[in-house]
Amino acid sequence: MAENKKQPYKKRKNRNIIAVTGFFALLFVGMIGYLVWFVALNEKTLINNSYNSRQKLLASQNVRGSIYAADGTVLAYTDVGEDGTEARVYPYGETFAHVIGYSTYGRSGVEEQANYYLLHTNAPLALRVINGRTGTKNPADDVYTTLDVGLQEAARKAMRGRSGAVIVTEVDTGRILAMVSLPDYDPNRIEELWPRLMEDEESGTLVNRATQGLYPPGSTFKILTALEYIRENPETWQEYTYDCGGAYEEGGSRINCYHGSRHGEIDFEEAFSRSCNAAFAHIGSGLDRESFAATLDAAFFNNTLPVAFPYSQGSVAPLETLSADEMLQTAIGQGKTQMSPMQLNMITAAAANGGICYTPYVVDRVVNCEGTVIRQFKPSVCGRVMSEEESAILRDLMQKVVEEGTGRGLSGLSYTVGGKTGSAEYGKVKGDSHAWFTGFAPVEDPEICVTVILEGAGSGSEYAVPVARVVFDAYFE
Amino acid sequence: MREYLVELSKYIITFTVALYALESFLIFRLHDKKRQSISYGVQTGLIFLTQFFCFMTLYCKSGDKRYLFFYLFLQVFFLTVLCLTPLIYPSINRLLLHNMCMLLGLGFVILGRLSPDRAIRQFCIAAAVFLAGLFWPALFRKLNLPHQTYYLFYAVSGIAVLSVVLLVGKLTRGSKLSLSFLHVTFQPSEAVKLLFIIFLAAALCQDVSFKRVEIVTLLAALHVAVLAISKDLGSALIFFVGFVFLVFLATGSYLYLGLGTLGGCISAVCAYFLFPHVRVRVLAFLKPFTYIDNQSYQITQSMFALGNGSWFGTGLLNGRPEDIPDVITDFIFSAICEELGVISGVCLILICLNCFVCMMRMGMGLKDSFGRLTVMGFGVIYIFQVFLTIGGGIKFIPLTGVTLPFVSYGGSSILASITMFMLIQSIWIKEREGGSTRGGKQKTAVQKKKKP
Repeated sequence: MAENKKQPYKKRKNRNIIAVTGFFALLFVGMIGYLVWFVALNEKTLINNSYNSRQKLLASQNVRGSIYAADGTVLAYTDVGEDGTEARVYPYGETFAHVIGYSTYGRSGVEEQANYYLLHTNAPLALRVINGRTGTKNPADDVYTTLDVGLQEAARKAMRGRSGAVIVTEVDTGRILAMVSLPDYDPNRIEELWPRLMEDEESGTLVNRATQGLYPPGSTFKILTALEYIRENPETWQEYTYDCGGAYEEGGSRINCYHGSRHGEIDFEEAFSRSCNAAFAHIGSGLDRESFAATLDAAFFNNTLPVAFPYSQGSVAPLETLSADEMLQTAIGQGKTQMSPMQLNMITAAAANGGICYTPYVVDRVVNCEGTVIRQFKPSVCGRVMSEEESAILRDLMQKVVEEGTGRGLSGLSYTVGGKTGSAEYGKVKGDSHAWFTGFAPVEDPEICVTVILEGAGSGSEYAVPVARVVFDAYFE
Repeated sequence: MREYLVELSKYIITFTVALYALESFLIFRLHDKKRQSISYGVQTGLIFLTQFFCFMTLYCKSGDKRYLFFYLFLQVFFLTVLCLTPLIYPSINRLLLHNMCMLLGLGFVILGRLSPDRAIRQFCIAAAVFLAGLFWPALFRKLNLPHQTYYLFYAVSGIAVLSVVLLVGKLTRGSKLSLSFLHVTFQPSEAVKLLFIIFLAAALCQDVSFKRVEIVTLLAALHVAVLAISKDLGSALIFFVGFVFLVFLATGSYLYLGLGTLGGCISAVCAYFLFPHVRVRVLAFLKPFTYIDNQSYQITQSMFALGNGSWFGTGLLNGRPEDIPDVITDFIFSAICEELGVISGVCLILICLNCFVCMMRMGMGLKDSFGRLTVMGFGVIYIFQVFLTIGGGIKFIPLTGVTLPFVSYGGSSILASITMFMLIQSIWIKEREGGSTRGGKQKTAVQKKKKP
């Protein structure tokens, strides 16, 4: 200090000045970095916030863009009357209700996901200049989806009005080809229907069951139980045998086979293809719970789903804390386990695709009013659910289900199918069950993955399999 | 043709602003006088081009004739500032002068777009203050600003003014900020800020003994305390940071810097528990969308503006910056980002940073210790205020509600900012012109130093 006092302005002080300058420069670099990051990341989500008045401004400047199916069929467009009044029209009515959604009275479906693009315009400058001169609104950008009108219609028709959902995705891209949820509504009449839909809490018509519906997985969960068993016993799983007398008992708890069937002396493959509850309860009781929990974690349980639709998160009780009885229930897909059809579809697609799961997506590209591509969305991998070897084994097991087991309704066709049925019991009454089917085709080189749920319909093989067959037929015809 | 120009103007504006920002940093590397003056010429051109395209857009889109007149007056003003000032004072720092004009210009554009009447009012104040400021360097040549023995006087008058505000000031949203006198509202903390730096520089320019630092700390703490009681926490923070850094620059002691930072952190925690509105700001910062209806309405609206603007902006008059409450004072940066684009916004940040770097370099080049500390002190409070207002507006830090110098609306703010820059210029001109032999020698010494 004394030295400083005598000669306070020595050259070395320049170092301090540079340090202070550098400190603030760094602070500002950080701030600029944050600003750029913030805008790059949030630009498109912020516009959807209902507190953001800019939506109305954009809507007053541009005519909302159209939504197309993959082949260019119009699924939604804005009809501008001669007096300038606008109406949103959905030519297919109820058929695409949940997946395309609505844009008045809030927004849902693609109308919400692609709202940013449907509001903004990339129309050519010349057109904008002319429109500016005549006071005409500019056409906002259009959105092409991955949806297939034929598949969507076939799936919806096959459900014959029963509540439930069907999802069809492309295995090696994650493109959503069809997504049906029943009961549905006519988006053209949303304003008129709104009060009734709001009052009616029981049917949940506005809920997209494909992503937001949570159901007990039932026997479809055996895909994961089987995966875990194979993972723990990679050399010996084929040697597994079980003598099924129609039930498995352990420490006072009892697991029955569906409708009291007795499967007799069966190996692992048969236990899976014939969906033997007793055998799988037996398998489940011997599994390593920690390892099983990790497997389920990779299969999106208690985890976020990488989908743009609003969804409900699949859940499974923490395995380490389960009682023996609860563990048996969990192993056969009952108990407290819940999952959405979307999640099951992703797991199935991973099994069909060498263990890799692609992010399901429905918005394929954004084009301006002249058809120039503004933005192209590409498939992206969202995770590995299982190894390639495990996926090959599961594919074989699932093919056996169709050839010899509960999925025989899909055998002997011009294409080969692999899948798993499920009859998930719910509620108090014994025997009431949701009908599940999830599967892929063709087995040799899987192209599409179909997941069906029909609420309270009965057994999966009896009710869900025929729906899946209609969808596969429509695809391979 | 005109329509095309209007549509394209947002890209042109982004380009001119970006080029200007780039040029302002490149000038640091130029030592050749001739090439420097070419760069200065380019900068001047870019300032006028930016103005032209902004006001052309405003006029063409709104058809409001006021913009034409406003534009003409502005151009006369800028011509005076940019061409006349260097003629009167050849050794003025051109870069700092240009930066001031660029920032003022962008400020007038966005103010003119948001509220033409207020922009004109602001312009009148700025022009008057600048004209007055033109005499500062001449005055400084003759006058030796008394320091050292007078530091107590500066400090006491600063505290006195702040205390008067505290006692009889007008309440603006729970904070006592301003004095009203004959219908003119004035925010004295802006001017006291300058006085505060002069006080610190005067006190520390020759004596940095422990005893002197103690006295300075006590006086600075009094300033900050009065501001804190007035609940003008943004200013309190700026005063505090100015104090800590100036003590560090004067003494070179990292111990003081550490103690100051520690003290700052402790007071920040105390402020959080003492003042409910600090807690509100922190809450709004942490969970903006949870409290979107009240506490964080402002900040979320600002975020919407940033998102809407995106890289190139919506173009002037195409956005909704007026939806942000207090946009012309506290959120002017978000308004610029929305309509002129985030790229322009980033360039504006860079120009502010450039002002700071420029001042620190000037500080390094000054031999007179009082001037040196004053210039660097001004630099620190300037850049810190920029950091507070921009960082708060983009949710990088909690909101403090201070103005962006030269850009935000506010008579006191513009007065203090222009005065500050003209004082810096005065100190610079005096040292370079007065005692020409000494100044000349020293300048070459500075240049030589940079070469290796």
